[in-house]
Amino acid sequence: MLTIATGNKAVAAAAREARPGVVAAYPITPQTEIVEQLATYVTEGSLDAEYIPVESEHSAMAACIGASVAGARTFTATSSHGLLYMHEMLFWAAGARTPVVMANVNRALGPGWNTWAEHTDALAQRDTGWLQVFVGSVQEAYDATLMAFRISEDERVLLPVMVNLDGFTLSHITQSLETVEVGDFIPPYSLPHAIDVSRPRGYGTLTPPEAYYRFRWDIERSMRASREVIRETEQEFARRFGRVYGPTEDYRCDDADVLVVALGTLGKEAEVAVDLLRDEGVKAGSMRLRWLRPFPALDLAGRDVVVIDRDYSFGFGGVIAHSIRSTTRTEPFSVIAGLGGQEVTYDDIARFVRQREAGAESWFGVSD
Amino acid sequence: MNPLPAEEYLHKCTTACAGCTSSLSLRYVLKAAGPDTVLVVPACCTAVIQGVYPDTAMNVNVYNIAFAAAAATASGMAAAFRRAGKQTNVICYAGDGGTVDIGIQALSGALERGTDFLYICYDNEAYGNTGMQRSGSTPAGAITTTTPGGKTDAKKDLDRIVAAHDLPYMATACAAYPQDLYNKVKKALSIPGPKFIHLLSPCPPGWRYAAERSVEMGKLAVKTGLWVLYEREFGELRINPVSKAAMKRPAPLEDYLGPQGRFRGISDAAQAALVAGMEKNHRRLLAEEAGEC
Repeated sequence: MLTIATGNKAVAAAAREARPGVVAAYPITPQTEIVEQLATYVTEGSLDAEYIPVESEHSAMAACIGASVAGARTFTATSSHGLLYMHEMLFWAAGARTPVVMANVNRALGPGWNTWAEHTDALAQRDTGWLQVFVGSVQEAYDATLMAFRISEDERVLLPVMVNLDGFTLSHITQSLETVEVGDFIPPYSLPHAIDVSRPRGYGTLTPPEAYYRFRWDIERSMRASREVIRETEQEFARRFGRVYGPTEDYRCDDADVLVVALGTLGKEAEVAVDLLRDEGVKAGSMRLRWLRPFPALDLAGRDVVVIDRDYSFGFGGVIAHSIRSTTRTEPFSVIAGLGGQEVTYDDIARFVRQREAGAESWFGVSD
Repeated sequence: MNPLPAEEYLHKCTTACAGCTSSLSLRYVLKAAGPDTVLVVPACCTAVIQGVYPDTAMNVNVYNIAFAAAAATASGMAAAFRRAGKQTNVICYAGDGGTVDIGIQALSGALERGTDFLYICYDNEAYGNTGMQRSGSTPAGAITTTTPGGKTDAKKDLDRIVAAHDLPYMATACAAYPQDLYNKVKKALSIPGPKFIHLLSPCPPGWRYAAERSVEMGKLAVKTGLWVLYEREFGELRINPVSKAAMKRPAPLEDYLGPQGRFRGISDAAQAALVAGMEKNHRRLLAEEAGEC
């Protein structure tokens, strides 16, 4: 059905379509609309789920873990400080192999208080064992949320999935949305290690080193296997519903001499910059990074690369720039831009490309 | 009187300290709960005494979870079980640190939301798992590794905090009175909604008394009146006869404090604070039972 929706409403609609048994969530700007919408669905009866209005994000994730292992599909949503408050439980969800699906509305971290878009919240969770996807449009927020359930619950994966969308610039903007009837695209929830009272087991018991490292390796093995599961899922999604996704969204990249790499809405903005640059005769392309974990293998050989980081690792650099540098043989021009919702236009992005300097770092609005 | 079932759900291969009353209590809790039970255990002594992977000393499912997260995890579990039409008992079994300190927010939330579960706090009045540091539940005057001069603050009154949530059932108990503990767990599990039981758990290495005196310490805690056995069912308070008797004719406090190294050299002021706190607690409970509050 064709409709219009905000990014938040699209996520809530997709979560409803996936039929979770338990939703445990806590409100936080700019995610609040998602949990309000889900609570409304449950109250009006269009979603047959238990809605647990927890008293904190730490408890939201704990409740999802408990529900997941007790046999229910689970969903939650958060943002920024809420995500950081969950941090401990994010490791627990991955280590316990509970396929929790969560939307994270990317937002800056205090102090000072700032509710606008930034990616540091999600990137600070990159070592938790969660799969992470970043979306650039309302439609993609919907589609990625649906696919997240199938990927997460696949027996080859059984790891939680975080769907990231930019605060306000995506969570609160309205675009057209084509909803689907998911049918058997997401199979019934079945967790191989769900609690069975006829088979008493100890979950998360004291674990000595010789067993512990095997469990860690098992997470990585599943993370590696998830590449294929993601590919299959995206292909099946395209076959059924007609929209095509991959590890990156490439725009005019084939013959490009210079590529802009960014996450989320900045990656979409870069497409406009690419058109502008092409009109000037600059063979530019946009490679919007969708999957952060597992990190995709990117072929950037022989091209200039401009990475826009809406995040920063103090004392180190832009997280994505360093990820690109360490996984490809490139020396990107690293631009730090858009922190705390800083306005970044396609004109600005075109300028980053024109002024690129391999290996250098530039703070937009500070050092340029 | 319900005879205690012969079935054991806590086997003898735990790594608990000699004389551990939290594992003794757990034995009775599980006899009352039976096999259709999941224990949710945060970081606490029970997290380390249940065995080392791949072994377990428990004959029920045990779900270990982060320190602050037991009650919230139970919320999710109970929601999923009830949705699936299962009546499985969801029991949090948490120490005092995980309850009165780091876990109190999650506990309060779960109680307020009407979670269908039983939360049991086994209270050895310090962080036992990490070697006896002070908790909010440590009584005034007690020496711990972080109060080497004796604790100057009073024990946090967990039960009044819990009671403020107006839950259908709450009780205190102690493994020194196993039949009473068993009956209270049975009753709690027969009632839908949130239930709470606070267990006093004498701890030989932490309280510094001889391991064979654990049951005696539990009985003395009750007979001196320091630990009052009661239950509050749908708001109706019933104080156990043994505690009523102790309120009238308490055993000498010295009988309880004397054998415990943690109270060695306790100041007169700290001892007076203990007595004053105890008497205030008695007055409140007696007035409530008499319908005077």
